Amino acid sequence: MSNTKKSLVLATAVASAVAGLATTAHAADEKCYGVSLAGENDCAAGPGTSCAGTSSVDYQGNAWSLVPEGTCTTMELPAMADGTERMGSLEALERDIPA
Amino acid sequence: MKVNQAAFQAGLFDPAAPAPTGLQNPDGAPATKRFDVYRNNVAVSLSDALETAFPVIHKLVGDQFFRAMAGVYLRKHPPSSPLMMFYGEKMPQFLRRFPPAQSLPYLPDIAKLELAMRRAYHAADTKAVDPQALAALAPDTLLASRLRLAPSIQVLTSDYPIHGIYRANTTNDAPKPVMQPEAVLITRPGFDPQINLIDGSSANCIKALMDNTPLGETLTDDRLDLGATLSILLGQSAITEIH
Repeated sequence: MSNTKKSLVLATAVASAVAGLATTAHAADEKCYGVSLAGENDCAAGPGTSCAGTSSVDYQGNAWSLVPEGTCTTMELPAMADGTERMGSLEALERDIPA
Repeated sequence: MKVNQAAFQAGLFDPAAPAPTGLQNPDGAPATKRFDVYRNNVAVSLSDALETAFPVIHKLVGDQFFRAMAGVYLRKHPPSSPLMMFYGEKMPQFLRRFPPAQSLPYLPDIAKLELAMRRAYHAADTKAVDPQALAALAPDTLLASRLRLAPSIQVLTSDYPIHGIYRANTTNDAPKPVMQPEAVLITRPGFDPQINLIDGSSANCIKALMDNTPLGETLTDDRLDLGATLSILLGQSAITEIH
C-alpha cells in the first residue's frame, strides 16, 4: 500500500471512528461500592477485598475421580478441527494429591 | 516454644504432616488440634479466594470440582504475594496440565480472561484523549503517530469462543457460544472492566499499537477495519496519548 493510499485509509478510518462517537456522551463516572444487586456481580475487584468467615471445612476430596459438572456440561462445545483429545500426564502432578 | 518457620510452612500445606515440632498447646503437649484448625483455615480461605477470583471457571466446572481443584492448586501454588486480589495468576498453566480438566480445553483461556479482567480493574486510572485531537491531525502526522493505550487495555486471542463462553456464564439469556476462535479487547472506560469482542485483524492491530507501532504501519492486513478498531478504542477511553 502506498503512503498516499495509507493516509487516505487512515483519515477515513479516523473520521468514521470519531463521527460514530459523537452521540455517546460520557456520564461522569464515580467509584461506587455496594450498589450491585446480589448475583449481578459487577465487582471485579477479586479476592482479599472482603471479609469471609472461617467456619468451613477444607474439601479434601480426590480431584482425580471428579468430572466437571457445571454449566460446561450444557454447552457441548465440540473439539477443534484436529479433534485431538488431550490427556495430560498424571506423573508430574502426583505429589499434589491431597491426602 | 521455638518453631522453625520453614517447618511451619511445610506443615501448613500438607494435611498429613504432623504439627511442627515445638508447637505446643497450653498443657505443653504438641498442638495437633490447634494446628489442624489453623491449617484448615488457610486452605479454606485460599479456596474461597480462588472461587472469588474465577467465578466463571467455578460456574463451568461446578462447586465440587472447583473446591477439589482449588485444594490441589493452593498446595502447588501458595500465594507469592500478600496482595490477594492477584492470587491465582498461575491458574491458566495449572489448568492446562490438570488431568481432570482435560475434557475442557478452553478452561485455561477462560482463566486468562478472568485474570485479565481483574488486572484491568486494578490498573492505574488514566485520562483519555479527546477524539477530536486524533481527527485534527494532518494525514502525514497521522501516519507516523503512535498511540499510548491505558494500562487496563489487554488483548486476548483464543482458539475457543472465550467471549461467548464468558457472556453465557455472566449474563442472563445470553446466546449459546458457537465453536469458533475469538479475540477480545478488555477495556475500562470508567471503573468497571468491559469485555469487547473483536476480530483477529483488529486484535493484531491493537497489539501492534501497544508495541508502539506507528498507525501507518498497522495497515498491513486488508481485512482490518481500522475505523471500527479506532472507534472501540476511542469509545472505551482506551487512548491516553497521541505522540
